[in-house]
Amino acid sequence: MSRVGVIGAGHGKFGRRSDATVQELAFEAFRMAMEDAGIEREVLDASVIAAVPEYHKQRSVAGVVQEYLNLNPRPTWLTEVACASGSAAIRTAWMAIQSGLHDVVAVIGCQKMTEMETAEILALMGRVGEVQWESIFGTTFPGYYAMFAQRHMHEFGTTHEQMLAVGVKNHHYGALNPNALFQKEITLEKALESEPVSSPFCVYDCCANADGAACLILANEEKARAISDKVVWLDGVGAATASMSVLRRPNLVGLPSAEEAARRAYQMAGVTARDIKVAEVHDCFTVAEIMAYEDLGFCRKGEGGRYIAERRSYIGGEVAVNVDGGLKSKGHPIGATGVSMAYEIVKQLRGESGKRQVPNAGVGLTHNVGGIGQYTFVHVFKRD
Amino acid sequence: MFSWFGKVSFVPYSKVADFAVHLKDGRLMGSLCKKCGYQTFPPRADCPECMSPDFSFQEYSGRGEIYTFTRTTAAPVGFDDIAPYTIIVVELEGGGRLVAWQGESLTEDDVRIGRPVQVVPRVWEKGEEIKVYYTAEQPGTTWNKAPAPHLG
Ligand SMILES: [Zn+2]
Repeated sequence: MSRVGVIGAGHGKFGRRSDATVQELAFEAFRMAMEDAGIEREVLDASVIAAVPEYHKQRSVAGVVQEYLNLNPRPTWLTEVACASGSAAIRTAWMAIQSGLHDVVAVIGCQKMTEMETAEILALMGRVGEVQWESIFGTTFPGYYAMFAQRHMHEFGTTHEQMLAVGVKNHHYGALNPNALFQKEITLEKALESEPVSSPFCVYDCCANADGAACLILANEEKARAISDKVVWLDGVGAATASMSVLRRPNLVGLPSAEEAARRAYQMAGVTARDIKVAEVHDCFTVAEIMAYEDLGFCRKGEGGRYIAERRSYIGGEVAVNVDGGLKSKGHPIGATGVSMAYEIVKQLRGESGKRQVPNAGVGLTHNVGGIGQYTFVHVFKRD
Repeated sequence: MFSWFGKVSFVPYSKVADFAVHLKDGRLMGSLCKKCGYQTFPPRADCPECMSPDFSFQEYSGRGEIYTFTRTTAAPVGFDDIAPYTIIVVELEGGGRLVAWQGESLTEDDVRIGRPVQVVPRVWEKGEEIKVYYTAEQPGTTWNKAPAPHLG
């Protein structure tokens, strides 16, 4: 099979962007990616937009983004699988290119999370779970992951301190990322003192909503080699699902969709977990990163707490994880997050990450989770 | 009638809407596929195994144990007046799990993974609307049931 390569990557500032509309955010990332690729719009055949519609005032956001980027009359379409929408966009761009339908496709993940009133956000938050049997008891997004955390603590002896150590690491690296929402280090002591949210979680276990956008330009192998001398190849695209209702999951100590997506992505890319040197994983809540170490095979199930406590996911450890700050420090504009993860891996594999550069990063992955593991996408990237 | 189920109702309709009537009568119902015998909680009208749409309700004892839990401080819209509240996932005898609130007979110390509990059907006392739900209580807790199920 011929390959699909990333020839350009762009990333805007994440945060409370009360200065910009969603299409203006998209433009920032798109312009950077096009400059990075060194191409003009004429080269593009299509775009895929990732965004979660219910947060935007503008309905059918792909249309307004496509117009503002001056990409009409090229085709565009929206992908939506909650917080994994960005990776779904990358996957469909990969499919469009591999099918031969398009040669060069722009993927734009963009999201305004702060457009809504707090009351509207709180109402949306109450419908994260399955609404017929679960949300009617006031379940919440942090609450679900908190219930995974309780099981993880019960079955494996994982501690809340180990979970918060994930946040400490991610803030440590986020402090070095100019695109991050929170560019400051935190201490375990301060994290432990933060306000309770849903036991065992407190504020520092949870990522924050943010506005932002990121963009990738993908091309088929022939075009990629002709256009760019720094191509990063997207060699493994794994995706899987799990039941909407967490009540029907086999266990609550991992995400079966993540295990399955990783297995498929590794197989497709011809790699194993041991080949991965740098990873972007979906740390929407601290325990999610611990479960990701296990689901991705960086360590055995149950050892994730020790993995972070022993700093094996720091630069210089076994797999450098979330060295852009992760969702925790960077912020989580849900439609943009998957593309933002891919941006970081592309920069790392090209050796362009400055103070956060992981040495000898030849193979990297993104692990992007929608909802509470209903959807997971694992993408494996390689340098030539 | 499914609008009766839960403090806030998001879907007032369902092919298993009579679940809420049974709950009001004090009965906790799962479903049984009439074709292949697949049994599940929460109930579903359409069998995921054999795809038959023919089902009957099947009563569950409500005995079970705590599978996981969380005490929620940051509540969504419609639940702020009862926050903080503890959500308990109960693994039911007979299979399946449900989300319930911690009942008054359980202390904070009682809420531990693996602890046996009794799921008890409840009718919300505040307000004029009928609202039904359930709580996790001490094993052996009893409640009133209507004489016989009057629905299929
Ligand atoms: Zn059946």
